[in-house]
Amino acid sequence: MENDQTIKELKIFAANIRLETLKIIASIGAGHVGGCMSIADAIAVLYGKVLNIDPKDPSKKDRDWCVLSKGHAGPVLYAALGLKGYFPMEEAYTLNHYKTKFPSHTDRTKTPGVDLTAGSLGQGISEAAGAALGNRMQGIGSYVYVFVGDGECDEGEVWEAAQFCAHYKLDHLICFVDDNKYQLDGSVNDVMSHGLGLAAKFKAFGWNVIEVEDGNDIKQLLEAIDQAKASTGSPSALVLNTVKGKGTFAQETHEHSTHADKAFWDKVIAKAQSDLDALKGEAA
Amino acid sequence: MSYTLVFNDTKDPRNCREGYVDAMYDLMKENEKIVHIDCDLIGCVGAAKIQKAYPDRVINCGIAEANAAAMAAGMKATGMIPYLHTFGVFAGRRIFDQIFISSAYSNLGIHVIGTDPGVTAGVNGATHMPFEDAGLYLEIPGAVVLDPCDYTQVNVLTKKLCKDDRLSYLRLIRRGFKPVYGEGSDFEIGKAVTLTEGNDCAIICSGIMVGNALKAHDVLLKEGIEVSVIDMFTWKPLDEKTLIKAAERCGCIVSAENHLISCGLGSAVANCLAANHPVPQEFIGIKDRFGQTALQEVLEEEYEMTSEHIIKAVKKAIQRKGI
Ligand SMILES: Cc1ncc(C[n+]2csc(CCOP(=O)(O)OP(=O)(O)O)c2C)c(N)n1
Repeated sequence: MENDQTIKELKIFAANIRLETLKIIASIGAGHVGGCMSIADAIAVLYGKVLNIDPKDPSKKDRDWCVLSKGHAGPVLYAALGLKGYFPMEEAYTLNHYKTKFPSHTDRTKTPGVDLTAGSLGQGISEAAGAALGNRMQGIGSYVYVFVGDGECDEGEVWEAAQFCAHYKLDHLICFVDDNKYQLDGSVNDVMSHGLGLAAKFKAFGWNVIEVEDGNDIKQLLEAIDQAKASTGSPSALVLNTVKGKGTFAQETHEHSTHADKAFWDKVIAKAQSDLDALKGEAA
Repeated sequence: MSYTLVFNDTKDPRNCREGYVDAMYDLMKENEKIVHIDCDLIGCVGAAKIQKAYPDRVINCGIAEANAAAMAAGMKATGMIPYLHTFGVFAGRRIFDQIFISSAYSNLGIHVIGTDPGVTAGVNGATHMPFEDAGLYLEIPGAVVLDPCDYTQVNVLTKKLCKDDRLSYLRLIRRGFKPVYGEGSDFEIGKAVTLTEGNDCAIICSGIMVGNALKAHDVLLKEGIEVSVIDMFTWKPLDEKTLIKAAERCGCIVSAENHLISCGLGSAVANCLAANHPVPQEFIGIKDRFGQTALQEVLEEEYEMTSEHIIKAVKKAIQRKGI
C-alpha cells in the first residue's frame, strides 16, 4: 500500500504537469489539451515514482521505457520530462516552432527522454513491443510502458501488436489504454465503437487486463501498476476509465484540439496555477 | 475549358477544403450513389455540412485507413461512387497496398482525397507532412493524380471526378489559400492551363506553387524576362502536348512543386522531355528531406520554394540554354 504522503506528492506532481502542459501548448496557441489531460495522472505516477530512469542519462541501458503511441499527447510528456530535469522547462515553450526540439508529436530524434517516435496512430505500440522483446533478448529486465488512445484502438495495427505481445508473452510490456471516450470526430461510441469493450478485446487477445475504475486517480493507478508487475507470462493492459480534458476547460468541451488566443490561455493557465497552489496549501 | 485569372496575392476568405465540400454537397444531391468516406477526420476536412445533409452517405470508418480504402473499393464494385478522405500522409503511405490491389488493380477506381499536401501541413509537423503522397499514386498504372491550387479549381475537379471511373488522388489544401481563378472557371482533367505566355523559360507548376510562380513572373517581367507559367494541375495523365510545346518555344524549363522532386511533377516532366524534346530543367521542390514543424511560410523558405527561389532557378535555366 502506498502511503498518503506519496499520494499527496504525486497529486501535486500531476497538477504541476497539467500546468506545464498548458504553458507548453499556449506557447504555440493550439494543441491537444484533451488527450494530454486524460493521461496526466498516469504520467505523473510513472515519472514521479514508478520508472527507473536517470534524467542525466536518458538512454541508460537498463532504464524503463515510456512510449506515447498516441503521439499527439507530446506536451504532457514534455511537461513531466522538464519537471524531472531532462532539460530546462522553458525550452519546451517552443512547441512546434521552427527548429524546435518539441514537436507536438513525440520524436525520439529531437527530444531528450523520448524513447520512440509516434504520430501515425497505431505504430507506437508495435515499436514498444519491439523494445520489450529486444530488451528481453539482451537480458535487460526493464519495463516498457505504452499509452494508446481509445480512438487509436480503431487501427488494425494495435491488434496486430496485441496478438504479438501475447504470443511472445511480453510480461514486461504494460499498456495504458486511455479510455477517455472521445476521438477526433466525437465520441468513440458514435464514430467507431469497440464491441464488447476494450477490456474484453484485450482479454480475448490473451492479455492480463486490469480495469481501473478511475484512471485519473493516483492511488488506483499505483495499485494497478503493482498488480500488472506481479503478473507474469502475458502482457498487461490497464484500461483506464479517464476523462478527456480532465481538470481543465476541455473536460466540458470534449474537443480534440484547441485553438485559442493569448487571453484564453492566460486564463486557463491561471486556473491550473491556482489548482496547484491549493493542493500545495493542503499538503503544507 | 475557360478561366479567369484573379490572382493578386491575397488570401481567399474561403478555405480550399470548402471547394471540395461544396462540390460534394451538390453532387450528393444529384446522385444518390455518391458517398463520402472518412477516417475520423470529418472535422478536419469540414465535411460536417454534407454529414448533416446526407447522414446516410457520410461514412466514418474511425482511425482505420486500410480498412476504409479496401472497403471503399468493395463498395465501388456494387456501383456506388466513393470519395475517401484522410490526411495525405495516410492516403499515401498507410493505404498504398489496399489502393494498389483492392482499388487500382481490381479496376475499382475510387477517389482519394489527401489533405495537407506538403508544407501546408505546417505545425502538424513531420509525421503529418506528405512529400511523397502524389509520387506513390504516380506509380499506380492508370491512376489520375491532381494537385489543385485554390477553391475554384478544387470545386470543379471534384465534380469532374464523379464521372471518371479511374482511381484518382486529389491533394487538398485545407485552409484558405490565395485564389488564382475566378468563379465560373472550368478545367479538364489532363489539360494544363497556360497562364502566361513568355518565350524565355516555362515554369511548370501546380498547387501552392502556382501563386509563387505568378509572383516570380511579375518580378522577372520587370527585368525583361518573359516566362510562361503553366498550371499543370494534372500530374497524371500529364499534358505532354502542352509541355513539349512549351519546351520547344522556351528552350528551358523550371518545374515547381510542393512535393519531393525525386518522384513528383518535376520528374514526370523530365521523363517526358528527355524522351521527346530534351531541354535544361531546374527543379524547385523538396530535395531528399523529411518534413518538420513550422508555419507554412517558414517551410517554403526552408525548402527553397518561394518566388525568389523560382526567380533564381529561371535565370539559371536560361543561362544553361547557352551551354
Ligand atoms: C494513422 C493516423 N490516422 C489519423 C490520425 C489523426 N488523428 C490524430 S489524433 C486523432 C484522434 C485520436 O483519438 P484517441 O486515440 O482517442 O486520442 P485522445 O482522445 O486520447 O486524444 C486522429 C484521428 C493520426 N495521427 N494517425
